[in-house]
Amino acid sequence: MIEIKKLYKSFGDKTVLNNINAVFETGKTNLTIGRSGSGKTVLMKTMVGLETINSGQILFDGKDMVSMSKKERHLLRESIGMVFQNGALFDSMNVADNVRFPLRMFTNMTAGEMDKRVDFCLDRVNLGNVHTFTTSELSGGMRKRVAIARAIVTNPKYLFCDEPNSGLDPQTSILIDNLIKEITEEYNITTVVNTHDMNSVMGIGEHIIFIHQGNLWWEGTRNEITNTTNQELNDFMFNNELTKLLKASVLEKTVK
Amino acid sequence: MKIFSEIGSYLILLKNVFHLPENPRLYRKKVLFELRVLSLDSLPIIAVISIFVGAAIVIQLAANLSNPIYPRWITGFSSREGIMLEFAPTMINLVLAGKIGSHIASEIGTMRITEQIDALDVMGVNSASYLILPKIIACVLFSPVVIVVSIFLALTGGWLAGTLTGVISSYDFIDGLQLDYTNKSLIISLVKGLVYSFIISSIPAYRGYTVKGGALEVGRSSTKAVVESCITLIVANLIITNLLL
Ligand SMILES: Nc1ncnc2c1ncn2[C@@H]1O[C@H](COP(=O)(O)OP(=O)(O)OP(=O)(O)O)[C@@H](O)[C@H]1O
Ligand SMILES: [Mg+2]
Repeated sequence: MIEIKKLYKSFGDKTVLNNINAVFETGKTNLTIGRSGSGKTVLMKTMVGLETINSGQILFDGKDMVSMSKKERHLLRESIGMVFQNGALFDSMNVADNVRFPLRMFTNMTAGEMDKRVDFCLDRVNLGNVHTFTTSELSGGMRKRVAIARAIVTNPKYLFCDEPNSGLDPQTSILIDNLIKEITEEYNITTVVNTHDMNSVMGIGEHIIFIHQGNLWWEGTRNEITNTTNQELNDFMFNNELTKLLKASVLEKTVK
Repeated sequence: MKIFSEIGSYLILLKNVFHLPENPRLYRKKVLFELRVLSLDSLPIIAVISIFVGAAIVIQLAANLSNPIYPRWITGFSSREGIMLEFAPTMINLVLAGKIGSHIASEIGTMRITEQIDALDVMGVNSASYLILPKIIACVLFSPVVIVVSIFLALTGGWLAGTLTGVISSYDFIDGLQLDYTNKSLIISLVKGLVYSFIISSIPAYRGYTVKGGALEVGRSSTKAVVESCITLIVANLIITNLLL
C-alpha cells in the first residue's frame, strides 16, 4: 500500500501538485487520470523519488520514502518497477538485454535462469520473437511492451506505469490493460497507472483519482464515474458523442 | 558566483561516482567495453597526429637551429624534451578532449533527456557511478599507453622526416635524443597524462549527466564540455609544469 499525505510540489513559483492525499491499495490497479499537463507524470515521479517535493509524505507500506536514507531508498527501489511515458529503454542494448538488465544488476541468477525469465516476460507482453532487435527497430507499441517486460522482470512489489497504452491501437491497449491488471492480481502488486484513456478507465479502473490542475478533484471507482456530478470530471470523461452515448445508456440501465 | 556552484555540483557528482559498485562484475565488463570504444578507437588519430606533428617539429627545429654556433645534438635534444613534456601529454589530450569529451557528453546527455538515467535510478542503480566510473577508469588506465605510443611515434616521425629531407643526420638526431636522458621527463609526461585524462573524461560526464531539455541542449552541453575540458587542461598544464620542473 502506498499512501500520499499532504503532498505539495512546485517548480519555481508554479505549483504543480497542491495538497494531494491519496491511498493506493495493494493488489489493485489504481488509476490516476487527468488532462494533459494536469500533473500525473510529476505525481508519479515524486512517488518514486525522481522529483523532490516541497512538503508532504509518501509512505510505502508505512515507510516514508522522503525521509529515507540513501541506502534504504536504493533497497526500496529494487522492489519498484516503472514504465516511463516514452519507454526509456536503454538504446545501447538490444531488447533481451534491456529486460535482462535488472536481473544482471540485482540477482545472482545463472545465465540460463535469466534467459528463461526474460523469455517468460517477453512472452507475457506478446513479444515472442524480438529478442535481438535494437530499440530503434521497435514500433511505439513494442517499445511500451518491452518497457513493461523490463519493469516486471524482477517481480516488483510496486508497479508504476505512465500512460502505458497511449499511442497504441485499441486492441493492443486492451491487451496491455488486461496484462497489467492480471499481474497486479496474480502477484499482489501495488500498481499505479497514469492514463487519459477512457477504455482503460472503464476496463481496469478499480480505484481512480482524478487530478485537475494539480488538485485531487475526485476519487472513486469506475462504477461511480458514470454517475458523477462533478463537472470537470464529466467534461473530461464524456467529451465526445460516443462517450456521451455510453454514459446515457449506462444511466438508463441503472434507472431501470 | 555561478562558477563556484558549478564546481560544487561537479564535486558532488564525483562523490557519487566514486562509490562501491552494486555489481562489480558488471562494472568490469563495462570498463572493458569503454576501453575499446573510448581508448582503442582513438589510437589511429593519435598515431596520425603524432607522426605528422613530430615530423613538423623536427624539421622546424632543424631549420631554426642550423647555424653552426649551435651544437649538432641540439635538434634531437629539444625535440625529445618538447615532445615528451608538452606535445604527447598536452596536445594529444587536447585532441582527445574533442573526440572523447564530445562522445561522453552526448552519450550521457542523450540518456538523460530520454529518461534512461531516471530508469536506472528508479531501479535502484547508482546511475552516476554506473555510467561515469567505467569511462573515467578506462580513460585513466589507457593514458600511459597514449603517452608512450605518442612519444614513440612522434620521435619516429621526426627522425624519418629529418633524415629523409636531409635537414639532419640520423647520427646527430639520435645522439641528441640520448643526451642526458633521465626518466624524469617521462614521469612528468605520464603524470600529466593521468591528470588530463581524468579532466577530459569527468568534465564531459558532468555536463552530460546534468543536461536539461532536449536534443539542442545535448549538443550545446557537448560543445561546452569540450571547451571547458580544454581550458581546465591548459590551466592544469601550467600548474603542473610549474610544480614539477
Ligand atoms: N521539470 C519541470 N520544470 C517545470 N515545469 C514542469 C516540469 N515538469 C513538468 N512541469 C509542469 O508540470 C505540469 C504537469 O506536467 P505533467 O508532465 O505531470 O503532466 P501530465 O499530467 O503527465 O500530462 P500528459 O498527460 O500530457 O503526460 C505541466 O504544467 C508542466 O509544464
Ligand atoms: Mg505525463
